Amino acid sequence: MAESICRALRDGALQGEHAPALTIKDSIASPFGFHVFTHLLTQLSSNILAAKSQSRGLVLVAFSRSPSFYLDLLNRKGIDVASSQKWIEILDCYTDPLGWKDALLASENGGSLSNEASTGASLCRNVKDMDKLYSSIIELGKGIVGQGKVRFCVAIDSVNEILRHASISSVAGLLSNLRSNDRVSSIFWLSHSDLHEDRVTAVLEYMSSMVASIEPLNQSANGRRCNWESLPLLEHNYWKGRFHVRFKRRNGRVRVMSEEFHVEQSAINFRSISSEDEIVNRSLLPKVQFNLQLSEKEQIDRAKVVLPFEHQGTGKPIQIYDGRRSLTDGKSETEPVSTGILQTNENSSKGEIIYLRDSDDERPDSDEDPDDDLDI
Amino acid sequence: MDQRAPNLLDEALGLVDEEKTKPWPLSSRVVLLEDRVETSGAFVLHHLLKRALSPHSSNDVVVFLAFSQPFSHYDRVLRKLGCNLTAQRENNRFFFLDLLMSEFPDGDEGNKDGLVALYGKIEKVVTTSFQENKKCITIVIDDFSLMEVAANGSTNYVLDFLRYCRTLTSAFGCSLVVLNHEDIYSSIERPALILQMEYLADILIKAEPLATGLATDVHGQLTVLNKEIRDEQGSSRNKICNFHFRVKENGVEYFYPGSKT
Repeated sequence: MAESICRALRDGALQGEHAPALTIKDSIASPFGFHVFTHLLTQLSSNILAAKSQSRGLVLVAFSRSPSFYLDLLNRKGIDVASSQKWIEILDCYTDPLGWKDALLASENGGSLSNEASTGASLCRNVKDMDKLYSSIIELGKGIVGQGKVRFCVAIDSVNEILRHASISSVAGLLSNLRSNDRVSSIFWLSHSDLHEDRVTAVLEYMSSMVASIEPLNQSANGRRCNWESLPLLEHNYWKGRFHVRFKRRNGRVRVMSEEFHVEQSAINFRSISSEDEIVNRSLLPKVQFNLQLSEKEQIDRAKVVLPFEHQGTGKPIQIYDGRRSLTDGKSETEPVSTGILQTNENSSKGEIIYLRDSDDERPDSDEDPDDDLDI
Repeated sequence: MDQRAPNLLDEALGLVDEEKTKPWPLSSRVVLLEDRVETSGAFVLHHLLKRALSPHSSNDVVVFLAFSQPFSHYDRVLRKLGCNLTAQRENNRFFFLDLLMSEFPDGDEGNKDGLVALYGKIEKVVTTSFQENKKCITIVIDDFSLMEVAANGSTNYVLDFLRYCRTLTSAFGCSLVVLNHEDIYSSIERPALILQMEYLADILIKAEPLATGLATDVHGQLTVLNKEIRDEQGSSRNKICNFHFRVKENGVEYFYPGSKT
C-alpha cells in the first residue's frame, strides 16, 4: 500500500487535473512520519532516476533537516546524488529560515559563513513570504526540467514549520497553487497533526488526494502521551504501528487501506496487517466445554423439528386462525394433549417436540384465543 | 574517580566507550531532558556537563546558557562530582552565559532582537572554537521555560531560537542539551511547545517520580528514549530504557527496578 502511494506519486497528474497530493500525518505517540517521508522520497527518487516516473525532477523543500542530511541519506540508499544537479534541487529553509544569520553577519561584517552554504542548495532567508516561497520552488523546478512540458515533483518535509510563520490560509494558498501548477507532477508533505488545531489538519487533508496517517498500535488512554507505566509493552510496540491510507478518487470514491509498519535501523518496513495477529486471536479464544457451533448432523436434525403452531402445509390448505372459529383439524391435536403428550406428526423419522404437563392444574394448551370475545 | 564502571545512564545514552576512540556520541544530536516538580532532572544535566568536560579530551567545549542558577551554584555541584568549572572557564572550555537577570526589551521586536543577539553570541563561540579545532561542542540550556519567561512568553521566537541552535548541531556537530519542565504544560490541551521540542529531540530523557509514590532509597525513575543510535558502520538501532535512581551527595546511583539490594 505504501507501494500504491509510490505508484500514484510516480504516475503523476493527468492533463487538466490537479497533481496528486499526499499528506503524511503522525502524532507524538508514533512519530515516524519522517521515516515514511524519507521512504517515499527515496522510492520516488529512484523512480525518477530510472525514468519510470512522469516527472523528471524533484524539488525538496527542507525545513526540518539540513540539505546535506538528505544528500547523505540518498547516498546511503544507493541513489546517485553526484548527478544531483540534474534531477534534485533542495530549497534550504533549514539553515536560515528567518534571516537571523544574515542579519548577524551583516551587523558584524565578518564571521564565517556556515558550512551548509557549500552544498549548493538554494537558501531561503524568509519563509514568511509565501509568494516568494512559491516562486522559488517553481523556479527551481523549471531549472531542472527546462521550459518544455516536462513536470517535476515537490516534497515538503514539514508543513508545521511553515504554519508557525504563516497563517493557514496563506499556506493553503501555497499548496493549492503548487498543486494546480501545470508543471507539477505530484506533491507530498509531512505534518505532525498534534501541533495544530484539528481544522488545520482537516484543511491539509481536503487539499490532498491521499492521506497517510501513522498511528500507534495501541492508543494510550490519555491519547497524547505514551503511557510510560506499561513500559515493557511500550518498548515492544513503540517502533511498530498502523499505517492507514485514504485514497480519494476523482469521482469522489474514497478507499481506506491499512498496513502495519515496523521501524528498525532507521528504515521503515511495511507489511500487510499480519495473519500472525489473527492466529494469535484465534488461539486466544477460550476452550469451552460446550459447542458454539452445530455439527452437520445436528443442523439437519434441527431443520427437521416442527415447531408448534407452524403451518405444515401437508397437502391441506393452510388455515390461519383468525380467532373467530376453532380450527377444523383440532382432532389430531386435542387427543394427544389429553394424554399429556403432544405429537405433531406420527412419522417418527421427523423431529418431535415432547411436552409434559406439569400438573393437572395447568390448563391444557388450547388454541382458544383469550381475547375471543373481542372484535379485533 | 573517573574510571568508575559506566552506569545505566551512560549506557542508555550510548556514552560507554572503553577505548575512548569514538567521537562524542552525542554530537549532532539534540537531547531533551524533561523533569517534574517532584523530581528535578538537574542531576542529569550535571552528569552530562561533567562528561562533556571530562579530562580525557581537551578539545571539548561547553556553552552554558544559565537562566535558572548562578555560576557559583554549578561550580559547587560540579566540584562535588570532581570537575572544576572555574578552571575550565579559565581554560576557555566552559563558556558560561549568565542570563539570570536577563530580560529582553519589551515588545515583539525587542524579544526577537534579544534572542537573535543571544544566538549570535552562541554562534560566535561555536565558530571560533570550531576554528581552534575544538570540534566537540555542547550547548546546554538550563532551563527552557525560564528562557520563555525571559522572552516575555513569545513561544514562537523561543522555538525559532531553538531551531537556529539546532542548525549549529548539523553544521558543526555540536550537541544541544535542553532542560524543560513537563508538568507546567500539563493543563494545556495542545502543548505545542513541548511537543515541538519532543519532535526535535533525538534523545528524550524523562525524570519522573515513582508511580507508586515516595520511597526513601529510590528518588525517582528515568526513562531514556534514544531514537537512533548510529555507530561507525552506519548501522543504527533504537531503544527505550527505564531505570530508577538515587541522588547522593557526590554522584547518582542508577539501578534497574527491583535490583537494589
